[in-house]
Parts: sequence; structure tokens; C-alpha cells
Amino acid sequence: MAELISINTLVSVLLVIFAPIIGGLLMGIDRKLTARMQSRMGPPVLQPFYDVIKLWGKQPFIASSLQPVLAFGYFGFSLAAFALLAFGQDMLLLIFTVAVADLCLIVAAFNSKSPYSNIGGKRELLSMMSYEPIMILAAVSIFYNLWAKTGYPSFMIQRVMDLSTPLLLSLPLTFLAMIPVLIIDMKKSPFDVSASDHAHQELVRGVYTEFSGYTLALVELGHWTKIALMLGFVSLFWATNFIIGAMLAFALFFIVLVIDNSYPRLEWKSMIKTTWIVGFFLILANIVGLIARAVLGI
Amino acid sequence: MKTMTTARLKSPWVLHFDCGSCNGCDIEILAALTPKFDAERFGIVNIGDPKQADVLLLTGPSNKRNQRVLKNLYNQIPEPKVVIAIGECACSGAIFHNCPNTNGGVDKIIPVDVYVPGCAARPEQIIDGVVLALQKLAEKSEQEEKTQ
Repeated sequence: MAELISINTLVSVLLVIFAPIIGGLLMGIDRKLTARMQSRMGPPVLQPFYDVIKLWGKQPFIASSLQPVLAFGYFGFSLAAFALLAFGQDMLLLIFTVAVADLCLIVAAFNSKSPYSNIGGKRELLSMMSYEPIMILAAVSIFYNLWAKTGYPSFMIQRVMDLSTPLLLSLPLTFLAMIPVLIIDMKKSPFDVSASDHAHQELVRGVYTEFSGYTLALVELGHWTKIALMLGFVSLFWATNFIIGAMLAFALFFIVLVIDNSYPRLEWKSMIKTTWIVGFFLILANIVGLIARAVLGI
Repeated sequence: MKTMTTARLKSPWVLHFDCGSCNGCDIEILAALTPKFDAERFGIVNIGDPKQADVLLLTGPSNKRNQRVLKNLYNQIPEPKVVIAIGECACSGAIFHNCPNTNGGVDKIIPVDVYVPGCAARPEQIIDGVVLALQKLAEKSEQEEKTQ
């Protein structure tokens, strides 16, 4: 048994080390798939890695002395949040660690006088405001489901991994509510208000405007880790089988790409309305359904 | 360190600035950046931010009004960078030769690496120019590695 635990720990450590690389590969696949959806060839799958290596070698232009620290903070806290997931720790702690990572990015954006960066920072704050409550509600619905299934309420991810039936079967609506969360986190249309990889240049580069050289490379690494983290969180919905979980996460990733390529950007008001109304109602309906099922004894 | 040069050649992010062009060359640049030619397959991204760009595409002869902006943009691009002057006006001033309000070519203001002539420069020529500029970028990158 002791050996088994150590193997699990080893897998978790490896996952944390490779999290940015997995995220980077996903970004490459994203660019390739997006290009194919627009009937283009698209860049090679390793393109994001070329970008980051190039950025690392550029002459450093630092907007303020705090900026590199915050760029490191964004990457570091994203990685810490991923570690919490990989080691099966508390879900709420994970959500708050992601929030701290995001705050690093926002403070870095506000840390210069550039109006583009400032508006980008405000919008990043708004996107955080729209998806964080949904994430917390999703954690609450998982908490209730654990209570109903095992009689032991818990926010621990390890408990979700130990469940004998997949979460998706009891929480399908919570799973659907993760779609807008993922869209905002991946900075995809229609909710790419703060910054985007596309040529929507109304804000130049939004929150990323003031980053350049290695600070931008760090922010990119942090973004990749965050995508890996979010998809890892989604794969918890089928935690009984790792491969099905990964396929589930990839399916959601593909849905986000299809939505990205079929919708234009919406303004931030629509973002908050959509995520709050749709998210709240989907997850509440799911919890009420579970309670009704327990009461009626179906 | 060869990885760095490869990465630099594979991800040239482009900044486009019009310093007083008639828009003929700009239209040709944008045509070369459209999905039809798919510049992204070479890693080329049209970025609006000078701090994140590697290649500066210039059109027009540059004049007394915008030379300050031009210098500013050039200084905001971190090394290593390359500058491409696109079109007859950007190369030499062309029909604006000796006009008192223009500078007669962008190389009077900032150093230019590659000249792409033509009025307007055709997309094929622009792509040729970018390929030449990438060779220059590789040279600069290798030089930088030697000095380190």
C-alpha cells in the first residue's frame, strides 16, 4: 500500500511539472483546429513553444519593477493551483488560488499608465467576477453530490476521485455550466473581452499590452497552466476512468473552439448576464433535482 | 543556442505602420495577411503592440508630422528586430521627391533592413521581402549569440 501511494505521488509530481507543456500543446492544437475550421493550413502544433522561446530571448522592456514579480506570480500561482488539483486537495482553495493568480495579472495591467492595459485590466476583473461564482457554485454542487452519495460532505478533490460513479451522471447541468467558464478562461469569443489571440485589436492586446519579452513568456506559461488546470477540473466529472475523463475534457475544449469560431465578441454586460443567469440556473436546477431525487427516493 | 534562432525565424510577429502612404501598399500588405494566403502557417501574427513585435512593416515616405511616432514605434520594439520598407515611397520618397513636407523615405528617420520597391508592391514581392528580412534576423540572432 505504501508503494502504491508513492506511485500516485510520483504521477502527481510529474503532472505538475508537465502541466505547462500539456497546456502549450493544447494551445497548439487549438490554433491548428481553429485554422482548419477557417479552411487554412494553420501553424505547426509546436508554434506556441516557438513563440515563448522567442519571447524569452527578446531584449527585456520592463514597464515597472513590480511587473516581472507579478508575471512570476501569475505563473507560480497557476502552477500551485494545478498542484492542488493533481494532489487531490480542497476545491475551494484551488478556486481561490486561481483568483490570486488572476489578481497578479490584473495588478500588473494596472501598474502602468497605458489606457489599453488599464481597460484590459478592468475587463479581466469583470471576467473574473463572472466566472468565479459559477466555479464556487459548481464546487458546492459537487459538495452536495458527495454528501448524497457517500453521506460525507467534502470539498476534497480526492473524495471525487474515489467516487465509484462518475460525477457527470448526477451533475450533467453543472458540467454544461462549465462551458462559459472555460470560454472566459481560454479568452475565446464571445467572451474574449479582456484580451484575445485573434486580431481583434480594439484594445491592442488588452491586459497583455504592457508585457513584452520574458514577462510575456511567463504570462503565456501561466495561461497554458490555467487552461490545463481548467480542463483537469472538467475531467473530474468522469474521474473513475482517467482516459474517459481526458476525452470529456477534450470534447469540452472542442465545443469551446466551435463556439469561438461561430460567434463574434459580445460586450462585457452580456458576458456577466449570460454567465450568471445561465450558470446559476443550471447549477441550482441540478442541485434541486438531486434533492428532489433524494426526497422522492428515485 | 540554435533553438533560439529557429524559434525567432518561426515566429515573426508583425507590426504594420502607415507613415503617409496612399494606402495602395497597405492594401497589398493586408491582402498578404488574409486567411487566403494564411501567413499564420509560418507563425506570422499581425500584432498591434510594438513591445511584442519583431518585424516592422512601413509604407509611405514619412513626413514631418509622423516622424516622431515612427521613431517612437521603432524604439519600442525590443531587439532583435528588422524593419521592412514597402513600396517606392517608403524606399526613396518616389513621387514625393523634394517635397518640403515629406522626408523622402523612411531610412532618413530609422535604419531599414530590407527595401521592397513597387508602386504598389505586389504581395509576392512583399512575401519575398519578408523572407529576406528573416535571413537578416537570423544573422542578427547569430551575431548576438556570438557576442554573449
